[in-house]
Amino acid sequence: MNRIDYLFKNKPHSVLSVYFTAGYPRLADTVPVIKALSEQGADMIEIGVPFSDPVADGPVIQHSDAVALKNGMTLKKLMEQLKGIRQNTGTPLLLMSYLNPVLRYGMEAFCRDFATQGIDGVIIPDLPPEEYIKEYKTLFTAHNLKNIFLITPQTTEERIRFLDREGEGFLYVVSSRSTTGMKNSFSEKQTGYFMRLREMNLSNKLLAGFGISNRKTFDQACRYLNGAITGSAYIKALEKEDDPARVTREFIHNMKGENITG
Amino acid sequence: MNTTSLKAPREGYYGEFGGAYIPEMLYPNTRELQERYLAILESAGFRKELSSLLKDYAGRPTPLYYAARLSEHYHTHIYLKREDLTHTGAHKINNALGQILLARKLGKKRIIAETGAGQHGVATATVCARMGMQCTVYMGALDVVRQRPNVERMKLLGAEVVPVEQGNRTLKDAVNEALRDWISHPAETYYLIGSVVGPHPYPDLVARLQSVISEELMWQMKEKTGREEPDTIIACVGGGSNAAGIFYHYLDKPAVRLIAVEAGGKGVDTGKTAATIALGLTGILHGSKTYVIQDEDGQITEPYSVSAGLDYPGIGPLLSHLFREKRVEFYAVNDEEALRATRFLARHEGIIPALESAHALALLDKMTFPPDRHIVINLSGRGDKDLETILNWKNE
Ligand SMILES: Cc1ncc(COP(=O)(O)O)c(C=O)c1O
Repeated sequence: MNRIDYLFKNKPHSVLSVYFTAGYPRLADTVPVIKALSEQGADMIEIGVPFSDPVADGPVIQHSDAVALKNGMTLKKLMEQLKGIRQNTGTPLLLMSYLNPVLRYGMEAFCRDFATQGIDGVIIPDLPPEEYIKEYKTLFTAHNLKNIFLITPQTTEERIRFLDREGEGFLYVVSSRSTTGMKNSFSEKQTGYFMRLREMNLSNKLLAGFGISNRKTFDQACRYLNGAITGSAYIKALEKEDDPARVTREFIHNMKGENITG
Repeated sequence: MNTTSLKAPREGYYGEFGGAYIPEMLYPNTRELQERYLAILESAGFRKELSSLLKDYAGRPTPLYYAARLSEHYHTHIYLKREDLTHTGAHKINNALGQILLARKLGKKRIIAETGAGQHGVATATVCARMGMQCTVYMGALDVVRQRPNVERMKLLGAEVVPVEQGNRTLKDAVNEALRDWISHPAETYYLIGSVVGPHPYPDLVARLQSVISEELMWQMKEKTGREEPDTIIACVGGGSNAAGIFYHYLDKPAVRLIAVEAGGKGVDTGKTAATIALGLTGILHGSKTYVIQDEDGQITEPYSVSAGLDYPGIGPLLSHLFREKRVEFYAVNDEEALRATRFLARHEGIIPALESAHALALLDKMTFPPDRHIVINLSGRGDKDLETILNWKNE
């Protein structure tokens, strides 16, 4: 069973998924960050592949992408870094990348190489679902990779039903009309949108993303959906300190509202 | 080559190129445009209003000028299609007028645009002022400096100009920021894109709106030479809108040689260049599958050209297809050559061209034509905005 499906089977609520940019803050930080996240209780990890022109991202991830690229991060290097990662963690791992680097790597090689290293799913924001279904779904299925679709406050009910029918792993609920970034809390309009989604009784699990940055936004999302994804806030935290393990422990415990022990 | 498919691309594809590679956040906006743009463009009301604005407001038709001294110098017949004489000084106004009417029809209140040379920004600010719409223009911070007069014009016209500090601080980065704005304001905002780039339907939409250039050229050629068809048409290419516009009605006339000129920058093999066809690989940029200058890891290469309007690492998908199909020939012209052509035209014809258009003119120095040929060059814009760059170069 794919680790994403397994996760939701065992933990249908309050799933915390954490996004970070590979090769950030230092090139060699990718694996230590994954280990730290997994040890400190992140339920799922999204490994961001840095891109020169990340149009769906706000300033924090734009910056981490630029730093990671300067550090020399590439898909090929990431592939090398991830060798043996499954000896260190059983946490579901996703790759998030814009389409161009993946196409340059080659979609077939990409699926083969990263599935071999134990990647469970992929998020490619600028690959339209229709194109995925037509061109790549068979390939992804053969490698037991989930391709995650996004829905937004602008998505019509008809299209949500379509994405739910075709969706795999979970649906990524973009919380608001914005690029990635941080918010202190969600408005009633946003929680109303989460509620409407919950009431649609969709067959996929729903994770909120974009704007989840503290315990409050995480809790708000978890009240209506199956969990949430946080990225910019974690990247901000990583940039401040040298020791990913320490930063990560504090970050996760703050998000989940648990006391830090030990 | 099947040219009907070029003029009504299915799902926005020209052969392999095109499409709409956009994040889900932009799906409703682009879908709405895809579903409605053709019906609106072809409606009688729209056509009537647009053609009246093109005539009385933008100053069309633009002259087809027989450049006698250029012709003498190059020993062939050279005509200039004078897009520089339009209101606001470049072909960009043709597109801006069409899209603002479309935006109004769609009920949009706020307009955003990107600009490189500032010509599209000025055209957009102009039509927004004319229609009473709010206007925000994204412009790379480097371009804000090197095209200063256009920044001042936009502000005077009431637009907000947002300098973009990311990347090389040029056109590509301005498009990124405009797309981010659109993601954040999907319902009320219309993205008035300035070239034949972006997700479907923009490449087709902009090509249709610019096709007025070749529509006029056909009867003007006939008037001047007795034939609708010149032997050769030359245009510069940034995203490709002035080229698409002047090629449009000749795409299915194989006897007409079509030549596109890219910005070589400091030289195609110097790493400081914007020659997309010379160096690009198929990829995805700004929502479209097309040739893109990129490295082996799929990161977009920061381009370079003295000409802000050509300083872009991509090209419209229609142009990529026309190159692949060998319908259009591509050449690169370097900074120096373009600057020399600028001065030459100024001294010999009394016309100061935009640095973009000067790239097309400079090809005359690199190519010879038999004496009885009729060559049309698209003089896409005027050079007022470039005076500082031109003067600095003379002093170097
Ligand atoms: C005068 C002029 N010509 C050409 C261009 C290049 O754009 P395109 O290739 O879309 O015509 C620009 C863009 O700013 C311009 O201002």
